[in-house]
Amino acid sequence: MLKFKRNPFLTGIALAAAALVIAAGITTAEAAKAQKAVILATTTSTQDSGLLDTLIPMFEKKTGYFVKTIAVGSGQAMAMGAKGEADVLLVHSPAAEKKFMADGNGVERRLVMHNDFIIVGPPSDPAKIKGMKKATEAFKKIAAAGSIFMSRGDKSGTHAKEMDIWKTAGVKYEGEKWYQQTGLGMGQTLAVAAEKKTYTLADRGTYLALKKGLGLDILVEGDGILLNIYHVIEVNPKKWTKANFAGGKAFADFMVSKDVQAVIKTFGVEKFGSPLFFPDAGKKVEDLGL
Amino acid sequence: MDIILDGIRQAFILLVTFDPEVLGITWFSLKVSGTATFISLFFGMSVGTVVALTQFPGRKFVVSLINTGMALPPVVVGLFVTIFLWRNGPLGFLEILYTPAAMILAQAIIATPIVTGISLASMQQLPKKLRLQILALGATRLQMVRILIREARLPLLAAVMAGFGGVISEVGASIMVGGNIKGYTRVLTTATVMETSRGNFDVAIALGIILLLFAYAINLVLTYVQQRERPR
Repeated sequence: MLKFKRNPFLTGIALAAAALVIAAGITTAEAAKAQKAVILATTTSTQDSGLLDTLIPMFEKKTGYFVKTIAVGSGQAMAMGAKGEADVLLVHSPAAEKKFMADGNGVERRLVMHNDFIIVGPPSDPAKIKGMKKATEAFKKIAAAGSIFMSRGDKSGTHAKEMDIWKTAGVKYEGEKWYQQTGLGMGQTLAVAAEKKTYTLADRGTYLALKKGLGLDILVEGDGILLNIYHVIEVNPKKWTKANFAGGKAFADFMVSKDVQAVIKTFGVEKFGSPLFFPDAGKKVEDLGL
Repeated sequence: MDIILDGIRQAFILLVTFDPEVLGITWFSLKVSGTATFISLFFGMSVGTVVALTQFPGRKFVVSLINTGMALPPVVVGLFVTIFLWRNGPLGFLEILYTPAAMILAQAIIATPIVTGISLASMQQLPKKLRLQILALGATRLQMVRILIREARLPLLAAVMAGFGGVISEVGASIMVGGNIKGYTRVLTTATVMETSRGNFDVAIALGIILLLFAYAINLVLTYVQQRERPR
């Protein structure tokens, strides 16, 4: 008869079985935690600017909820909301939001804050748009010059705004040689635009956060069409019974509360020299201006 | 180039100061990928061994499926796991989407075919006569499998390394099913993606370096186990 030493591989298999048990344990622990979890679907700009890193811990401390922030484009965030896979949305794509509400996916849509979009490009400015007052005119000139424009192309709020400007300007852009799409977030798209020395549309917050060493200048700003407005929406619990409505509402109420609005007002001043967002709770969209 | 030097400097600072956030993320990455690898070893080695040592109709087809599974794109696994785990999806009652458990599940699915494929190949490359010899010496079937596993130790440890390497470096599935939630489901790779999009390239490079160092340490241990003298 052969003698057998303790075999490390069989020990490994035993450990694997133990790992399965641990994983199962984690699963049950998670289920208990899920009661208090709020899924926040939001845009990349609120995360990439660092605003949520400041606000989420405040909210969690105050209410005891646990926030799962899923930072995706506004388009995807709303798709999650429309499937009942998120409890509350913080998004910046007004036309799509109105449709979302009209379809009965949301309960309440409240104005939180705004900043603005800017057209950025290389300092050499091949299409000569620097200082133009109208974003639509600037877009026409970029198209006429055939200078490359880098689009997000990801159905985000920024992408929606960009398509809105092209449409208003009456420029055919789809399939044009000078029109390129990254399909990436704002930060990465800015990096691509900088590297390839092209124009792009960006939200001011992300641009300011990345400005250092980017080599892209603000060329057009201040046009009313460039307003970038953020709303908070609770997902409709009548449509999606599994949604955590209480938690979603608590977060929405929190975002428009006085304390948070005060934080938004000064957020980024220290680091970037100017605020990244302007608080707007209680105001009307029509009253906002640039 | 400056940015790479900045990254190396940043990595050094983060490591020597024991930055609590980076340590937490690193430890969490190990826990998730380690657990996932163990689970994949359990399934992968069992299935790999069984398929290697038995003959059945359609065996070649099964082997081809396993080998294709080794090329399973993490982001596709992430997509399917997400759809299954949605609240309103077929496994929604588990309520584990955007949790570490979901990440372990996705990573185990990615690693299992890798471990299975390499286990299968390593058990199969043992000489056929060895099996007969072991059985002739009076070993039971289970004892025979144990000896064969020991004989195939080198390539089997390669399976462990490949499986672990596959999931620790994976980002597509982790970000989809975990959500990159700070202090909860953020791992080294998802943090690197986020820091890159925030323009903090130095931090992103630092995290990348830490990931590599960490993978190196794990593989060093495994390599020592693999390359040590055969027990007599």
